[in-house]
Amino acid sequence: MQNLLSIITFLPLLAAAILALFLRGEDKAAQDNARWLALIATSATFVVSVFLLAQFNPADPRFQFVEEREWIFGLRYKMGVDGISILFVMLTTFLMPLTILACWDVTRRVKEYMVAFLVLETLMIGVFTALDLVLFYLFFEAGLIPMFLIIGIWGGKDRIYAAFKFFLYTFLGSVLMLVAMVAMYVDAGTTDIPRLLRHSFDAGPMEIMGWQVLGGMQTLLWLAFFASFAVKLPMWPVHTWLPDAHVQAPTAGSVVLAAILLKMGGYGFLRFSLPMFPVASQIMAPLVFWLSAIAVVYTSLVALMQEDMKKLVAYSSVAHMGYVTMGIFAANQQGVDGAIFQMISHGFISGALFLCVGVIYDRMHTREIAAYGGLVNRMPVYAAVFMLFTMANVGLPGTSGFVGEFLTLAGVFQVSTWVAAVAATGVILSAAYALWLYRRVVFGDLIKESLKSIADMTRREKAIFAPLVAMTLLLGVYPALVTDIVGPSVASLLSGYHSALAEAQGLVRLALN
Amino acid sequence: MTRTDALTVLPEALLALWALAALMWGAFGGKDRVAGPILLATAAVMAGLAVWIGLGGQGARTAFAGLFVADAFGRFAKVIVLLSGAAVLVMGRAHMERRDLMRFEYPVLVALATLGMMMMVSAGDLMALYMGLELQSLALYVIAALRRDSVKSTEAGLKYFVLGALASGLLLYGASLTYGYAGTTLFSGITAAVQAGGLSTGLLFGLVFLAAGLAFKVSAVPFHMWTPDVYEGAPTPVTAFLATAPKVAAMALFARVVHDAFGGVRAEWGQIVAFLALASMFLGSIAAIGQRDIKRLMAYSSIAHMGFALVGLAAGSATGVKAMLIYMAIYVTMNLGVFAFILAMERDGRHVTDIGSLALYSRREPTRALALMVLLFSLAGVPPLVGFFAKYGVLVAAVEAGMAWLALAGVIASVIGAFYYLRIVYLMYFGEEGDGLDGAMPPAQQALMLGAAAAMVLGVANLFGIEGPAAAAAMALVR
Repeated sequence: MQNLLSIITFLPLLAAAILALFLRGEDKAAQDNARWLALIATSATFVVSVFLLAQFNPADPRFQFVEEREWIFGLRYKMGVDGISILFVMLTTFLMPLTILACWDVTRRVKEYMVAFLVLETLMIGVFTALDLVLFYLFFEAGLIPMFLIIGIWGGKDRIYAAFKFFLYTFLGSVLMLVAMVAMYVDAGTTDIPRLLRHSFDAGPMEIMGWQVLGGMQTLLWLAFFASFAVKLPMWPVHTWLPDAHVQAPTAGSVVLAAILLKMGGYGFLRFSLPMFPVASQIMAPLVFWLSAIAVVYTSLVALMQEDMKKLVAYSSVAHMGYVTMGIFAANQQGVDGAIFQMISHGFISGALFLCVGVIYDRMHTREIAAYGGLVNRMPVYAAVFMLFTMANVGLPGTSGFVGEFLTLAGVFQVSTWVAAVAATGVILSAAYALWLYRRVVFGDLIKESLKSIADMTRREKAIFAPLVAMTLLLGVYPALVTDIVGPSVASLLSGYHSALAEAQGLVRLALN
Repeated sequence: MTRTDALTVLPEALLALWALAALMWGAFGGKDRVAGPILLATAAVMAGLAVWIGLGGQGARTAFAGLFVADAFGRFAKVIVLLSGAAVLVMGRAHMERRDLMRFEYPVLVALATLGMMMMVSAGDLMALYMGLELQSLALYVIAALRRDSVKSTEAGLKYFVLGALASGLLLYGASLTYGYAGTTLFSGITAAVQAGGLSTGLLFGLVFLAAGLAFKVSAVPFHMWTPDVYEGAPTPVTAFLATAPKVAAMALFARVVHDAFGGVRAEWGQIVAFLALASMFLGSIAAIGQRDIKRLMAYSSIAHMGFALVGLAAGSATGVKAMLIYMAIYVTMNLGVFAFILAMERDGRHVTDIGSLALYSRREPTRALALMVLLFSLAGVPPLVGFFAKYGVLVAAVEAGMAWLALAGVIASVIGAFYYLRIVYLMYFGEEGDGLDGAMPPAQQALMLGAAAAMVLGVANLFGIEGPAAAAAMALVR
């Protein structure tokens, strides 16, 4: 299987092309065809990716399943996965069929909707499999187009503002990264990621308009990449596009945004910032730590006061991503393992939480927390599922949320006790907003007239949640499923990072003084 | 004139002969009644010449003692110029006929303008440069004012003429200074003079005036003022022509002057070009935000795009010229696609250019809306569309030349510019209901538009192989 990665990446695009070119009409049959084709294509992609996982050798930290071809401008079409990226590929292919199922009831422009999601899947998988800088950028950035349309066409009331903000915010972040990529190409003479990982960029101090820049070129490149990934992740204070986009996006759009698109930022930090600019990462780590700690505490407090359920979950996502950035720049095995674990687990949990909101939104057409209460009386299954994911979001031991938070905090604790202490308060705050939300929506008496006839989850909805519940619990009790795969790659990344730092020891000592 | 001279300029001579023959055909064969056949025949001649030039000819030859240079660079530019000219003629035909603008002079003048452009890109001497430039400009002034009974069209033609004459004056003044201080009008002679004696103050002034005149022709800021008015006032097929072929020719001429004649002093003109690029990118991006008329919007868009192409030129390297050539080829394709659409914008039989008329266009015409969206995202430079690779190429060239600041400024301008392209997408896909467009799209326009959009997507694979010829063209120019 020489082309396994290309097959996984482009299978959804192929289905999208078939849909766009050959499916005609807007009647019921055409809509059903569109839905089924999308579901079959995403499921087939998942099945193929299971083969990928089965053949993957976790003990080998190098890139596997590498494909390489000539391309334009001296770039190369190069794909491959290692222990870090393969799980993100799996996460994407696993969630996409569920996402398609979740938007089964959309009736407006169904064909276009399915095409947008299929194209988006190709682009998301491409981000995690690309081994050429510009190819990575291409996938990374192209995702904006379908997402812009998904928010804009199928979104809520203020969708236009949200769509523009989402597009321009992330576009600005990533064009800075593009300039940095061009500079890296000019410096290293290649855009091949494995070769760039071995290239050491100049870290000598540099003077720009009278300002002394520690870490020189590395710091500048690091900052440009940071601009892109911090917006994408998102980190405080550049997170403001996220609540808007989430609230206005349709349910399936929110799920993809929270569960997969945000992870591209974290993946970018792991693939580029940390290993390629070790000295700059070391210099900037305190900044990242404090931004993350502020994010955890501040956005948790903001989440506490939200009246819109989706906004609350969106802010909670920002808080949880704070642990991820912290863990990555702690640059030790627990921290990085934990960050990856947190991203995977957050993919399941936040996706599920948005779906939970979607379930009652589909019935009542409002996301106001105040419009609900006492749902447990009419929707016992929903209440149970929602509780599981609320607990997972809080980080209850036994769910996957706990492992991620614990590992990242353990990693950060070794580097900075204070940051770990501040961030740990976020755990308490997350319990506060999540449980309070749950109490207001699910518990209490069912007094609202409009809720008297609300129905429990349908079979389709149960089918969506079942795999998510299973994965959340499975990873919670047996986290080695993830850590065994990422471990060797992370260990090799970190040994490279620390040896690069040791080489540049003099510079760093200078920087810290 | 020797035999080799004649053979070297054979394509140009043929086009000139064709233009004269077509004029006779029109004058004696039934005036405007034969305008349609003349137009199609002219387009066929131009396309045929493009194929001939593109496939035939290797290496570099000169004619008339160096006045005329036929090299890979010239061939590349000529192919784009000829093909875009032919495409504009074909796609504008239905529009001209419906609005009763089909004069037989139109294709003849387009052919003469194209001939001027072919002279421009092959100029090896300041005299040849001026001759080509004026032939092109005079023909364009006339067709900009083709709609004689319209105040706007007449105003466009007059404005274009007055400002264009001023620019020609600046250019001539620069040429005379250059001649005075270098003692020759031959580019090779100027290069030798610069190498021998450095860039004297007189030559520097000559260079600056030349650059100002050329900047006017590529509509780079601060010499851009004519662009929006002329684009708006001229008949739309003429606007489509103005936005494509002359821009390529002027940009190629710019590259030829700075590299062929002043190749030894890159740092000096590099600053000028970098400033033009910077100002054009920002003004083009910011000023377009307020535009409601799609033709004016495309005018500012083309100013911004010229800024990006100039970034490649400012780099002053073979990579930069190659990136600039690829940029222009892609730019022309995108603009042809967009103008093919604009030509068909009408409501109740009247041509409308207000972007508000695109409201929810995707409901009525999903295929065309999709094609236009692809073209707009490509103009904005969003990957994976080909427009991104155009920008990528010039960015690499700029950073390689140590102009990372220019690259940085360019990408920021492109984010600002993305806003107004996105706004059209927003209007088409999720805007408010409004007075929409009706009317069918003639097949030629439809084919060009869909073809251009498909090229933006499929070109990701290998850019249709234009990279090799562009590299060869750049190598021929930058030695």
